Amino acid sequence: MQPKTASALENPLVTRDRTGLVCPSGEFHIDPLRPAKTAVVTHGHADHARSGSERYLATAASVPILRQRLGKEAVIEPLEYGETRRLGAATLSLHSAGHILGSAQIRIAHDDGRVWVVSGDYKRQRDPTCEPFEVVPCDVFVTETTFGLPVYRWPPMPVLVAEIAEWLAECRTRDATAVLFCYALGKAQRLLAELREHLDRPVWLHGAVQPLVECYRAAGVALPETRPVSERSRKERFAGDLVMAPPSAAGTPWLKRFPVRSTGFCSGWMRVRGNRRRRGFDRGFVLSDHADWPGLVRTVRETGAREIVCMHGKTDTLVRYLRELGIAARDLDELSTDAAL
Amino acid sequence: MQRFSRLFRELDQTNSTNRKVEAMVRYFADAPPADAAWGVFFLSGERIKRLVSPARLREWVAAESGYPAWLVEASYANVGDLAETIALLLDAPAKIAEPLSLAGWVEGRILPLRGLDEVDQEEAVRGWWRSVDADQRFLVNKLLTGALRVGVSRRLVTRALARHADQDPNVIAHRLMGDWTPSAESFDRLVAPGEVERVPSMPYPFFLASPLEGEPAALGSRDDWCVEWKWDGIRAQLIHRAGETHLWSRGEESMNGRFPEVEAGLDALPDGTVLDGELLAWREGPLPFAVMQKRIGRRKPGAKILETAPVSFLAYDVLEADGEDLRETSLAERRQRLAALIADLDHPRVELSTTVSAPDWETLATLREEARERGVEGFILKRWSAPYRVGRRRGDWWKWKVDPLTVDAVLIYAQAGHGRRSNLYTDYTLAVWADEETLVPVAKAYSGLDNEEIARLDRWIRRHTQERFGPVRSVEPHHVFEIAFEGINASTRHKAGLALRFPRIARWRQDLSIREADTLADLKRLLPADD
Repeated sequence: MQPKTASALENPLVTRDRTGLVCPSGEFHIDPLRPAKTAVVTHGHADHARSGSERYLATAASVPILRQRLGKEAVIEPLEYGETRRLGAATLSLHSAGHILGSAQIRIAHDDGRVWVVSGDYKRQRDPTCEPFEVVPCDVFVTETTFGLPVYRWPPMPVLVAEIAEWLAECRTRDATAVLFCYALGKAQRLLAELREHLDRPVWLHGAVQPLVECYRAAGVALPETRPVSERSRKERFAGDLVMAPPSAAGTPWLKRFPVRSTGFCSGWMRVRGNRRRRGFDRGFVLSDHADWPGLVRTVRETGAREIVCMHGKTDTLVRYLRELGIAARDLDELSTDAAL
Repeated sequence: MQRFSRLFRELDQTNSTNRKVEAMVRYFADAPPADAAWGVFFLSGERIKRLVSPARLREWVAAESGYPAWLVEASYANVGDLAETIALLLDAPAKIAEPLSLAGWVEGRILPLRGLDEVDQEEAVRGWWRSVDADQRFLVNKLLTGALRVGVSRRLVTRALARHADQDPNVIAHRLMGDWTPSAESFDRLVAPGEVERVPSMPYPFFLASPLEGEPAALGSRDDWCVEWKWDGIRAQLIHRAGETHLWSRGEESMNGRFPEVEAGLDALPDGTVLDGELLAWREGPLPFAVMQKRIGRRKPGAKILETAPVSFLAYDVLEADGEDLRETSLAERRQRLAALIADLDHPRVELSTTVSAPDWETLATLREEARERGVEGFILKRWSAPYRVGRRRGDWWKWKVDPLTVDAVLIYAQAGHGRRSNLYTDYTLAVWADEETLVPVAKAYSGLDNEEIARLDRWIRRHTQERFGPVRSVEPHHVFEIAFEGINASTRHKAGLALRFPRIARWRQDLSIREADTLADLKRLLPADD
């Protein structure tokens, strides 16, 4: 048995190797960057769910999404939230992360008594299209820090929704198309659900958004009426309509379908004016599926973890801030031994 | 302030010039004149003298937010704008205070800060932060710290005012010149119908030359053009009206009293004279710009500096003579009047800017090669038949500059940019070889790269950082850039012992290895001999 006070540095339950985040005692990888034997996948975004692994473990709710990413052949074992599974010397369970539909944190309980939780991507804001974040008590909490600076704080949802609704109304008065760019998975569906009361006609979707909206509907998430842009004639100008598209469609010839348009982009980065202006969108809306700074600090405290490991994004600022608050914290890189890499 | 805040948001949210003008026209129509006056002031890039140092604001926001100073600094490094960083770091106000007009803010709150000691200033400013939303907090901070950049040019503001007042934009531009103090009365005068009222000190809007791209032969016959050397000094308007003499810079800053050797004896000018020209450090010819630099910003030059850095006014145009506005007459006619005026004045420090008499474009092109030795930047080409226009209108005035000097230098430090580029590494420090293994910095250049190159270099910088010093990163010496610059001077303030003028990146020399970059000795050969 390891003493409970041991630092996360000693025999870490989770570290990083060439394939990505790994739990050596459980012999599995988490969101591996390249093919692994066992891949536990936190959620369906492309930078977390990559194809080629021998078998996958994921939440039941995310399986339909993962099927689209990983293909029909992939071996995916579904787990309900809270259901446990033995892997090597570890017991694993998945808990809601509130990031997108089916997103999970990974709880790893070692036979020696230690409990680690890997947050995956998460948020604390309410989201009508997915299960809320669950606080899972643990010894070591491995947190994402995408927005690890105090300037990143999200406006209350009603304020943001009103802002987008006002933009839609303004586009409508000019007979312009409101083209809203957002991630096709998660954010598009969340926006549809949030904007519901402000819509009196169908929302038109880019081809990359459409199938994922269907996935959500199939999972029982109520969404307003949507139609594919492609079903309309080439002559249609989409005057006063709302169109949703992935950010990758910005600046492509596809936009010529909307000759009079105003473009908006939904992202946490839009909180900063420089980002807004540099991206060249007419409007930037501060909407993220990640925790903002207060969300990160609050979550770290609520888990009751005696040690915090930060990964992804502004790790250095959160690590230093937590240490000054008297909370043991370190960068994931400190756990990654040269031997592991 | 709500109204101005809304205008700011509208301007910030569109790239369309027309929509910006429309938003401003709406603002001028809706706002009370006193507010509109301050709106014009800030929109045209004017600023009130800084009342609080950024260092104080950093301390205050740290105290107000409870975040440690280093975290405020890290946030600032990410956001790239202190006013915005402060706005984003603080909580939404518990209760919004009674709205206050823009004029009320500026005149009733911000300007009176000057009379307060630091403790009271802090209390006042932190109180304001607590009483307004993030948008207004940002604006208040902007007004406190300096210029508000909203992506509208002075010309666009003039256009909006002209549309609002149903006036000729040139009349508005003229009324905006000089010491324009914002007030309800001054705004009413600005948009009043009729002609420009004469105020003795009021300068005319400057006519600016555009850079000539391509060959001058495209401009037609050489004989249609007046060719002058492009002096490397300070553009100025010299006014003598109602017994007063005024000297204005192009930035419409009064320079009265700064150049006593020029100003003395101007009473001999006929009343109602306005000359356009250049202030230059001059002793039987132009002195290096570094000499002129010693005079810039010196409000009361002493005897010694007057001796070592004497200044002359080189007149190249006359805009008003005997109280008559000559701007609509041809340059040929104006030059004649000017020559007569300067001859009559017979002032040792006011000279006529000579024209270059080379017979054809080819001869001029050859002469241009000598520009640098002559201490000029090239030629200014002015159409003999053209009137004196307002602002940078293409067609009648061109600057035909010598090709810049260049040096191949190595990227050694990078810093994030500001505003639009606040979280991209776009400010580069570049170095040349002092000896076999030492790189010595010679220039800081803000990117001259395209967006795709900037993004690529940004990624590279992040991956190849060696050390961090606050917002600055040192990087592995690897990339070579061709730096263009306009001149070079000896400098005791720089490690390399020299300073480049207007350095900027001309090209990313991906074909060169760092060993092929230039040496300090190469650069030192370019130093002017008399320096």
